[in-house]
Amino acid sequence: MAVSESLPLRPTPRPATAPSTWVFLGALAVFTLVVTVMASQGMISTAFVKTLGKTLCLMLAAVAMDVVWGYTGILSLGHMAFFGLGGYMIGMWLMYARTENIVAPALAQQPLPPTQDEIRDAIGSQIFGVVGASDFPLVWMFSHSLVAQLALVVLVPGLLALVFGWLAFRSRVTGVYLSILTQAMTLALALYLFQNDSGLRGNNGLSGLQNIPGYEQVPQATISLWFLWASALALALGYLLFAWVVSGKMGSVLRAVRDDEARVRFLGYHVEGFKLFAFTLTAVVTGIAGALYYPQAGIINPAEIAPIASIYLAVWVAIGGRGRLYGAAIGAALVSLLSSWFTGGGAPDINLGVYTVQWTDWWLVLLGLSFVCVTLFAPKGIGGLVDLVQARRVPDRQGDYGPDKGAKRQEEGRE
Amino acid sequence: MRRLFLALALCLFAPTAVVAQDLQSILQTHADEVADPGRRSVGVVIDDLLAAGLPNAPDFLAAWQDRDIVRDTADGRFYRAGRTSDGQITLIDLDTGAETMVPEDRVEEVRPNGGVRRVLGGALVRFRLSDPAPEVRREALTSIARRPDADQIEPLTQSIPDEPVAAIRAEKERLRNILIARFGETTEARVEAIEGLGGTVSSDARAALSQILETEERVAATLPDDVNVARILTPGEDISRVEAYGRLVDEGLAPARVSDAALRDALIAAIEDGTVAGVPVETLDTDAARRDAYVTLAEAGEVPPFVTEEEVDAALADHVFFAAYDEDDPAITDAARETLEAVDLRVGAAQTADLALDALSLASIYFLAAIGLAITFGVMGVINMAHGEFIMMGAYTGYVVQQFVPDYTLSLVIALPLAFLVAGAAGIAMERLVIRHLYHRPLETLLATFGISIALQQLAKNIFGTQARPLTAPGWLDGQWVLNELVGISYIRIAIFVLAALFLGLLLFILNRTRLGLEVRAVTQNPGMAASMGIDPDRINMATFGIGSGIAGIAGVAIGLYAQVTSEMGANYIVQSFMTVVVGGVGNVWGTLAGAGLIGVLQKLIESLNPSNTLAAQTYMILFIIVFIQFRPRGIVALRGRAAGD
Repeated sequence: MAVSESLPLRPTPRPATAPSTWVFLGALAVFTLVVTVMASQGMISTAFVKTLGKTLCLMLAAVAMDVVWGYTGILSLGHMAFFGLGGYMIGMWLMYARTENIVAPALAQQPLPPTQDEIRDAIGSQIFGVVGASDFPLVWMFSHSLVAQLALVVLVPGLLALVFGWLAFRSRVTGVYLSILTQAMTLALALYLFQNDSGLRGNNGLSGLQNIPGYEQVPQATISLWFLWASALALALGYLLFAWVVSGKMGSVLRAVRDDEARVRFLGYHVEGFKLFAFTLTAVVTGIAGALYYPQAGIINPAEIAPIASIYLAVWVAIGGRGRLYGAAIGAALVSLLSSWFTGGGAPDINLGVYTVQWTDWWLVLLGLSFVCVTLFAPKGIGGLVDLVQARRVPDRQGDYGPDKGAKRQEEGRE
Repeated sequence: MRRLFLALALCLFAPTAVVAQDLQSILQTHADEVADPGRRSVGVVIDDLLAAGLPNAPDFLAAWQDRDIVRDTADGRFYRAGRTSDGQITLIDLDTGAETMVPEDRVEEVRPNGGVRRVLGGALVRFRLSDPAPEVRREALTSIARRPDADQIEPLTQSIPDEPVAAIRAEKERLRNILIARFGETTEARVEAIEGLGGTVSSDARAALSQILETEERVAATLPDDVNVARILTPGEDISRVEAYGRLVDEGLAPARVSDAALRDALIAAIEDGTVAGVPVETLDTDAARRDAYVTLAEAGEVPPFVTEEEVDAALADHVFFAAYDEDDPAITDAARETLEAVDLRVGAAQTADLALDALSLASIYFLAAIGLAITFGVMGVINMAHGEFIMMGAYTGYVVQQFVPDYTLSLVIALPLAFLVAGAAGIAMERLVIRHLYHRPLETLLATFGISIALQQLAKNIFGTQARPLTAPGWLDGQWVLNELVGISYIRIAIFVLAALFLGLLLFILNRTRLGLEVRAVTQNPGMAASMGIDPDRINMATFGIGSGIAGIAGVAIGLYAQVTSEMGANYIVQSFMTVVVGGVGNVWGTLAGAGLIGVLQKLIESLNPSNTLAAQTYMILFIIVFIQFRPRGIVALRGRAAGD
């Protein structure tokens, strides 16, 4: 990105192609390649490939969360709701199409060929039998169409975020109040989906999502690799998108909103517009991440949307390091993988003589406490380690472009 | 055994009785009437038995009614029949219960006919209705209410004047009205009885009234004269056209419509060599194609033809649909309808009162859960996500105390202050160790306290297990305060209400009338200025946080009393509590009260609209709050001026 020469006092915009972006994308590519090779050699199980693929989706959600929280300063406790909504949208098509593939041949065995209505009724009673219904609710009206549902993956989280964000930002709800309000939205959504008559099968959720209609013959080992590639691609594209968004003038305004909203408003910027943009864009990307996550998980139910999930997302970002995209990605990967290692019984028990620490019981205690420690002692998170390394290379002098050590001098800025 | 006891009782009381009569002697006085009872003559015997007030008379009547009484032809005495074996029969003395064996042909059975047995049954009820023990009388009333019967009117009416207990008498009069309303002989008597039911809200009175008003939906070519019509049903409005036509079909007044299933079955039956009426089977995969094939079949006369919409319209127009009362007398149904309307109005009022009580108790629970938060979040501005865990901590404290102190009242007295201390100490520790360092970073306080919250929750799970632990309320808190059949509130909820009111008063007193409260308000408004006036902000913050957390602990004990104690109980209240504080207005105890009141009342109101679905109620409640914040971002009671901060 070219630096404008006519404005001497304008700071150098952070280029989207900062070294960290290339490092991250390179590492992602290498990782995908290694996993693909190892999986095709049978060195890692299909289940683990799926775990890795899911982790990539969570990383994408965390990167989005970092943009909305670390850069814009909105602690949203609702992004996992968008994640879940994306999953529900794709899940509806997966379930409909798969049930159709099962039901239609069975109906074709009857003396008369089935009509479209008969097929639809049979699919409906198959899907909604568990909640004592058989008719398709209105929200399923597009479920037969993959294209429509893919559009809904983007539209539903996007519209919800747009409406909610518009209402909240318009009335100047900020800070912790906004966090509580987003949490309330998430809780309302989860409670609504828990009802049987919500039209999305209540607390049964949608299941059997790991079977991709039309590819029943393809083994799960192959499908898990496809999804790993898709997730890696989505993460790469999402990362690039956000790296571009937070660089340049846009990124400067977002960071300024985070640091002092009132001052930015007085400078003539439409703060609400910027916040709404960041909130909605990240919601859409999170929805896409969810749409990739749940076919790998195989099942989605309202518990996944509960407020606690969104708080965990914030936890990952905080541990990884706010305000830097790679930090959020690292945090999400590290904590979610550690979490499944500890709760899955992978970690060895510690025998203290009088008491044996079983990590399945104590992992949450450790997580909670380590979280307190990170907040107190390392606000920059794991990403702060990078600063320690870089600090050695920053010149130890005062420049013209700000109070920080190592700020550039005017003559450097013109370059 | 019971009989023996009765006999024994009789022996004991016999000497003190003014007229030393036993059952046998009364029976002997009316020996002929007993041996060959007629519907009229038997009354004399029953009156005498009733007058004597013998305790074993009801048993005798029951045996008489069951044809268990025999007469010894040798001496003419009456006995209860026992086992028969080898031509011998066991006779049981009615007064003493002594058994004797006599040849079977020496006794003759007393065989009351159906009419007499009904009279006997009525007398039995009368005995139980005038029993000296109130419980027996209540029980008799309950059994009458369960199986109402025209024969019970007479004994019930007779027992009313002598009834000593006012409540039971009212109950008897009500029951009598119900019986007369349904089974009375004259229209006037029934109408009067129905009108007498107007002042009650009891469910059996309403059931009796709606039973009188029961209707049957019928159809006829013209409206018959001899029925008591409740209302005329218009097809398409009061009754769906499909249903109306279905009724015509059921009555045989119109040909049945061809259903989709019948259509399919007819087509399947008509398949010949892969075609139906000349159409290949494979093409029959749309409704239109199937109908065409069916029409072809119908024209060939193989299946009944379709009923067209015009035919349906004509059939519906030709008949009148109406609902007729089972009760033929319009005077009675009119009276019943009017009375039921009046009763429904009273029931509505009672239900509203009940709803108000429910809402009040829910509001006090929310208030109790949120009031600690109103101090830490509202006054100090600290987001404490672990607040719910302080509630849980208090509840577990109560549980642990009950393990050591078996007396529930005493354990409660110990648990309340102990819960305050435990949760307060935890709060102070958290404030010192964590929150103190984050006062200028509120969002990070949220996350740090959330970390503490999940750690505490898991810790509680590790210590106490995942299953719910009971926190038993003392006996005097059991049961409920009943106003009438519809309005009642359990004592625990009253206690929680009292506790909430107590804490409201205490907190207002501390904040507005004490030195500590003054310093708290000073520090929250301007810590720097307060410090320069000699107030130690650290100490005040610590004390404030301790009080707020301690109150959460007490709320935990109260909530644990009516809900179960689990490691997740706090998490269930945390979002609601924040909502309460935000809706009410931050920084103000009155605001929290208003918030709790609003949320409690609204939630109960929404629940009452759809009682089966509390999840929906909560959803709409939260949506309402989100919208509410749009219009009053600072809550109901917003602080103004400098106290508002910012």
